[in-house]
Amino acid sequence: MSKEQSTAIAAGCLALFGIYVVYGGSQLAYVDEVGPGPGFFPIWIGVGLVLFGAYQMLSSQAAMRRIRGGFTIWSGSGRALGGWVGFALAIALFRWIGFTVSLVLLTMFLLVALERRSLPQALVVGAILAAIFHLLFVIALGVALPAGPWGF
Amino acid sequence: MDAVTNLLLGFSVALTPINLFWCLVGVVLGTAVGVLPGLGPAATIAMLLPLTLKMDHTTAIIALAGIFYGARYGGSTTSILLNMPGESSSVATCLDGHQMARNGRAGAALGISAIASFIAGTVGVLGLMLIAPPLARFGLRFAPPEYFALMALGLTMVVFLAGESMIKALLALFVGLWLATIGTDLFTAESRFTFGQAKLLGGVDFVAATVGIFAVAEVLINLEARGGAEVLKVPPGLKNLLPTLQDLRDCRFAFVNGSVIGFVVGALPGAGATVASFLSYGLEKAVSRHPEKFGTGVVEGVAAPEGANNADAGGALVPLLTLGIPGGNTTAILLGGLILWGYRPGPLLIQEHPELFWGLVASMYVGNLLLLVLNLPLVPLFAQILRLPNYMLLPFILGISAVGVYSVNNSLFDVWLMALFGLLGYVMRKLDFPPAALILGLVLGDIIERALRQSLMMSQGDLSIFVTRPISATLLLIAVVLLCLPAVRRVRAWRIAAVEREA
Repeated sequence: MSKEQSTAIAAGCLALFGIYVVYGGSQLAYVDEVGPGPGFFPIWIGVGLVLFGAYQMLSSQAAMRRIRGGFTIWSGSGRALGGWVGFALAIALFRWIGFTVSLVLLTMFLLVALERRSLPQALVVGAILAAIFHLLFVIALGVALPAGPWGF
Repeated sequence: MDAVTNLLLGFSVALTPINLFWCLVGVVLGTAVGVLPGLGPAATIAMLLPLTLKMDHTTAIIALAGIFYGARYGGSTTSILLNMPGESSSVATCLDGHQMARNGRAGAALGISAIASFIAGTVGVLGLMLIAPPLARFGLRFAPPEYFALMALGLTMVVFLAGESMIKALLALFVGLWLATIGTDLFTAESRFTFGQAKLLGGVDFVAATVGIFAVAEVLINLEARGGAEVLKVPPGLKNLLPTLQDLRDCRFAFVNGSVIGFVVGALPGAGATVASFLSYGLEKAVSRHPEKFGTGVVEGVAAPEGANNADAGGALVPLLTLGIPGGNTTAILLGGLILWGYRPGPLLIQEHPELFWGLVASMYVGNLLLLVLNLPLVPLFAQILRLPNYMLLPFILGISAVGVYSVNNSLFDVWLMALFGLLGYVMRKLDFPPAALILGLVLGDIIERALRQSLMMSQGDLSIFVTRPISATLLLIAVVLLCLPAVRRVRAWRIAAVEREA
């Protein structure tokens, strides 16, 4: 998908989101006894999102017609999104297996799945990073990081 | 006389062992970050901001500012050795710096870059010291309508943060403003856009948003790329890093040019170090006796842009510390940091917290000296950072981001928020929506809403309060002019094109 196509979709989403913001703002008082109410600011923000979102969507569509085709900007995004999913999974695991072990697993995932490194190398890098974090934050700075059943 | 007394106060703060230590940590870290092409000072400051919450605030700003101006020193190393700017502000340095390295003068290029950075960086701090206090005194006349106008002017800085599209910047700004409305209303205590989440009643955590949008997004962008580049060797020995007397003589004008242009352009919000370095390079070439040699490895072609991008750091702190207006990514995050630590950046900052302002100014003198002393002998060591593989650096950044955000409120919710903002930041970068505009909206949204509602309460709903008060009217007029600039430029370009077509 080209940049113009993607921008048009994103701008359309923002315009729709603006409608939601206007709706959300309209559920709050626009003015009260002493001046503008809590809905005043969000309503105008929503209006701005709708107007600018619609304008951007139309201008991106016009650019799409002008350029025709265009190259995709998402070619490397599989790796980036894979990294993000790995990071999200690691955050989900914080509560269950603690920060340190989650970081080892995240590092191993990034190295093996995305960087095509060997499993032992990934394990060593993960263990070194986890040790650095544990020494620096937990022991030296006393930060209470989420701990697993084994106490770290 | 006042300035001297205040500066002495500043040095008494900056020269305490703890502040000196954190100044050193800041500038070393800044240099390292400047060397690494994938990681900028904005992302680093965002990442480390949560860890500064438990520090003394003056110490924290000294350390973070050290990263800010230290990165400018480091940025030249990759430009010269790799032809790959560590920072966008070092792009101009590639032109002659890398050519000098190819001609076997890498050491002299790095040396002159450090000396120019030191001279211009020091001139920049001098400018900050002399200009900021009177500007802040002027700002003391401000009441809510003037604050509203000032914040509106701050929001128009989005014009300068906009890359290829002004509308994209405005959209990012409005999303930031909306994010600022999340939580409990300032005046009525009603909840807004909290989606039933009690954890959102206090608003969107600024640290989670900033770390996500800058640091996590930076990692995701880096994950896309593969492969490395060839690093040119730095000749060993301090002697090889010292420029010759002839080099220094050739750079006389470049030092002055870089210092003045860098400071002035830096103080103009939004212009930034990149513009300053190119302007300075252009001027140097324009007045040179041998302009044809520029681009082949002339020493002035390194000194001018490197000086400019360092003097810019002092200039950029002027609007931030006196009016609370950030001019770019890093200063927007520093502004958020000041608010997070409980300060109200603006005209009262210098008066209410002289130890913070003058301590920072004095620490910048010390920091620049430390950078000069460290950079000359340690350049070969800093160059080694380039050999650090991405697969070690990226999980480290993700880990530090998670720890930083978690440690603020011991909240996993904030870590999730950071991850989501990371994804948002990534998409914004891919589609050229400026992330700094979103942060600008998030930081200033709360303040501008409060000032607007207070002003309208004062005037009982009469909007003319903003145009009948001279300072407020002037600030709003400047804001309108700035907002119209892109449209004027577009019309002018269109007219020129039309005239050319007819011809």
